[in-house]
Amino acid sequence: MLFLETLIGGLLAGTMYSLVAIGFVLIYKASGVFNFAQGSILLFSALLFVTLHEAGVPFVVAILLTILALVLLAILIEKLVLRPLTNRSPMTLFMATLGLSYAIEGIAQGVMGATVHELDLGIDDVPIFIGDLLVSQFDLVAAVTAVILVTVLALLFNQTRIGISLRAVADDTRAALSIGINLNHIWQIVWAVAGMTGLVAGILWGARQGVQFSLSLVVLKALPVLIIGGFTSIGGAIAGGLIVGASENLAEAYIGPAIGGGITGWFAYFLALAFLFIRPAGLFGERAIERV
Amino acid sequence: MDTHHTMNDTTILPRTGRLDAHLAPVVIKDGKSLYAWLWLLVLAAIPWVGSEYWINAIIIPFLILALAGMGLNLLTGYAGQTSLGSGGFMAVGAFATYAFLTHLHLSFPVAIFLGGLIAALVGLIFGLPSAKIKGFYLMVSSLAAQFLLEWVFVKFPWFYNYSSSATISSPSIEVFGLDISSAQGKYYWILGVVVLLTWIAINLTRSQTGRNWMAIRDMDTAAAVIGIRVNHSKILAFAVSSFYLGVAGALWVFVYLGSAGVQSFSLQRSFQILFIIIIGGLGSISGNFIGAAFITLLPLALDFVSQTLFAGMVDAGVLQNIQKFIFGTLIIWFLIKEPEGIARLLTNARSRLSVWPLRF
Amino acid sequence: MFQRPLLLNTVLAVAVTATLGLGTAAISQAADQYVPLPTYRVGPYASSGTLWWAGTLDYFRYINEVEGGINGVKINYEEFETEWSPDRTVEVYERVKKGKNGSPLAFFFTHSTPASYALIEKAAIDKIPLIDPAGGRTESTDGTVFPYAFPLLFNYYSQASTGIKYIAQKEGGLDKLKGKKIVTVYHDSAYGRETQAAIKLLAEKYGFENIQIPVADPGNEQSPQWRRVREIKPDWVFLRTWGVSTPVAIKTAARFGIPVDHIIGDVWAGSEADVIPAGTAAKGYQALAPYPGGASFDIHQKLKKHILDTGKSDLRDKKFFGAVYYNIGLVNAVLAVEALRTGYNKFGNRPLNGEEGRWAFEHLVIDDARLKKIGFYGLLQPLRITPEDHEGGGAARIQQWDGKQWQLKTDWIQADRTLLRPLVEAKSAAYAKEKGITRRDPSKEK
Repeated sequence: MLFLETLIGGLLAGTMYSLVAIGFVLIYKASGVFNFAQGSILLFSALLFVTLHEAGVPFVVAILLTILALVLLAILIEKLVLRPLTNRSPMTLFMATLGLSYAIEGIAQGVMGATVHELDLGIDDVPIFIGDLLVSQFDLVAAVTAVILVTVLALLFNQTRIGISLRAVADDTRAALSIGINLNHIWQIVWAVAGMTGLVAGILWGARQGVQFSLSLVVLKALPVLIIGGFTSIGGAIAGGLIVGASENLAEAYIGPAIGGGITGWFAYFLALAFLFIRPAGLFGERAIERV
Repeated sequence: MDTHHTMNDTTILPRTGRLDAHLAPVVIKDGKSLYAWLWLLVLAAIPWVGSEYWINAIIIPFLILALAGMGLNLLTGYAGQTSLGSGGFMAVGAFATYAFLTHLHLSFPVAIFLGGLIAALVGLIFGLPSAKIKGFYLMVSSLAAQFLLEWVFVKFPWFYNYSSSATISSPSIEVFGLDISSAQGKYYWILGVVVLLTWIAINLTRSQTGRNWMAIRDMDTAAAVIGIRVNHSKILAFAVSSFYLGVAGALWVFVYLGSAGVQSFSLQRSFQILFIIIIGGLGSISGNFIGAAFITLLPLALDFVSQTLFAGMVDAGVLQNIQKFIFGTLIIWFLIKEPEGIARLLTNARSRLSVWPLRF
Repeated sequence: MFQRPLLLNTVLAVAVTATLGLGTAAISQAADQYVPLPTYRVGPYASSGTLWWAGTLDYFRYINEVEGGINGVKINYEEFETEWSPDRTVEVYERVKKGKNGSPLAFFFTHSTPASYALIEKAAIDKIPLIDPAGGRTESTDGTVFPYAFPLLFNYYSQASTGIKYIAQKEGGLDKLKGKKIVTVYHDSAYGRETQAAIKLLAEKYGFENIQIPVADPGNEQSPQWRRVREIKPDWVFLRTWGVSTPVAIKTAARFGIPVDHIIGDVWAGSEADVIPAGTAAKGYQALAPYPGGASFDIHQKLKKHILDTGKSDLRDKKFFGAVYYNIGLVNAVLAVEALRTGYNKFGNRPLNGEEGRWAFEHLVIDDARLKKIGFYGLLQPLRITPEDHEGGGAARIQQWDGKQWQLKTDWIQADRTLLRPLVEAKSAAYAKEKGITRRDPSKEK
């Protein structure tokens, strides 16, 4: 019974990780960048949203204004960071996103302050019992949100021109360029969309732990999720999140007490490492990426 | 556009195009040895010209960070393997040294050497996956090391001799054999270690081992074809790198801070060391010193500039965040302007100067 | 500080700018007392830090501008950003230990337990008192081994004892603790573990079951821990988290149906930043408060009139006036001011050096009458520091979050310090042995 409950709780908690990981996948697919600044973008968007909302801006307007800011941010990042670094090694790009995360955090907290904000979505985080099983209502909402988000993204990529161009870029950059797709434009769109998934994740995480600096730390949990799911698959990000969430909860419950507990900081990374040996491209990795 | 760029994407480093410099004979040319002696003279003279503050708070951490940078640079800049676990390996060196000091009562130089060896061993273990995985995937292995090691050094009290605070501190000063309670004593001690290890690193990079590493970095399949034992070399790079990091970690705790817990070796430290080698110059020994100087001095310079320019005008919290913003922007700027780091900038400047005014 | 010519400049390109920072400084009179403040206005703990230094700065400004300084000596404070990193705090310490503009350093606020640990030996050599109220190294309460470390007010052992004592009060007496289950959920760090020895001792004495559950840093996902708490079905939970792990703990506890009014938070888990993000889940949550929240104390009226309403406050968002962290800033500042006043009364009205600073702190007495006079009655406990006892208080009030603000539930609850003193002394003796320190005998000092 406890096992089942831990498993379900872990799976639901895992969807929260997936939400963060999706933003990484989008950017990695389109531009081959492992975007460490995704955590800061998440912080920036949630902080901006909550600041606007607290200032009396209605919920929907605040969301729209935040999205507008994210689009501007994406354009700036593309023009000032990505374009000058075209054709540099992935490691250089990764380093640049590290610098970017400092810059975004500095701006976000400098302008909007460092105090903690409550974000109340009106979802009570109280236990619900299904039979004898305790399930978190909040986690259910998060899971549903993840499903909606994935559906919307799937529609975007499969049904719209932009989405098809994006897939073309992801499949073969040079071929896409040769048929006249504007790569810079695609990057701007993808970074903006990734920013929006960051906003969704930021709002949900923010509702759980308050909107403050620590939001940017959830990025550390996304990396093992990506390794397990594969860097290039949204479905993989979801599966990876579920696996990390469930195994982490089970490990803390069953292995933790034996070795002193508090193992959630590294357990996911070891799981990812184990996966690497078995399936180096991740569960849903599209390419045989032995060397990234 | 370079049609082969997707191929280049697969390597971690920009092509340096100065392989000749690395492959220069081990014999140091006269001009270079003069430089080396001049540097040593300057370094030896520092205690007479620098205040105690400068030595204790700037120069000592600068030297230790440069040493740590050298460790990571051997791995990343020379052998082409990425790692975000530098902080963790520094912690291994520090805690192992502490164990040798307290449990076996060894003298400090011996303990620190053995501490480095333990770090090398741990680095070797976490380097094993490098035989199978690369790039970002290898980064995960190093992050696993980072987080596991942080946890180990909090969780098992044996490592910090059961002190309730999980911190280790240098046992009484006589153990060191050399009086390092004074700023100058500390400085010379560290200087000795750093000069020795730098000398070893320079020779290592010019030896067969170093050439193997660079061959693997530039193209590991080709390296395998010409008969280099690729996996063996990679794992050796992890071990050597971790030895340097371990020694740096021990110096950081016992000579610089005096007392520290594992939080001194967090992921932030790993990032900092990565910044040092990127800014200073990948695949360059002097780059580590330049990068470390930059990292140590930049916050001070920013602090000074912002305090003189904006003091009283802007809220202190805003000021601190502006500094953070500038730091991030500078990192990006450097990556865009000079991907091979400041070391390269200086080399370029020197070669331009040497032909001045006859440049064509 | 005298600026020396540096050969180094040839080596370190940026050095020039930085050295200037040492030589040129804001021009002020040499008669000011220099007080450096390591701060954390950015980074993971900035939400606490910004309020903390608003409180400290507001009080220092009040002293300087309204009261004309301490006995006429003004405070020259200066901030240094550390992001709560002990390494950077050490750097700050080295930078300021020689004082500034002719003022020596009378004491150094570490503002972080790990930094207190890192500096404890250096400061003893440099003869500079380290001040870390409600934090610091617990055994440095014993001033005979640690002359230059002051974990003022409420050390970690006292925190454990007061927490357990309050639980006993709620249960109807210490004898009722027998057989009860008390779970401690703690931040897995030096800070989180520091109370373990004290709780173990108390558990043996009063016969309650002591269960310790760690939360890994940063602690933004705690389902496994609280599922375990639910399995244990404890009578009480003592929450010793820090930063984001506190609101997450409160929310997760609610999700697992742990009654929030049976969770007692420790000092560093009892501020607005800890409960506001938890929303309704935090309603009824109680916490130890050596620095209670609220803006109704006398000092707040004075500050409102002279600092806030005149636009001199460092507080960006005025709704945090009287927040717990703001009040922590106030209390830290008043401890410094009162100690300096004690020192000036003995040594004369001029900046003090480290040894004089130590004397001042070791003879700091703040009784109820004094508290009323300076407007801190109810906000700060009566305090008597001696050379043997560098804690001096050892009490806290209990405050409860009503969903909007903290309500004070009790008066000062005194920790069982006589019971804990042997534990402190055993540890300080071990330290003295390890470092080869001979205990000082304060009665033989003049």
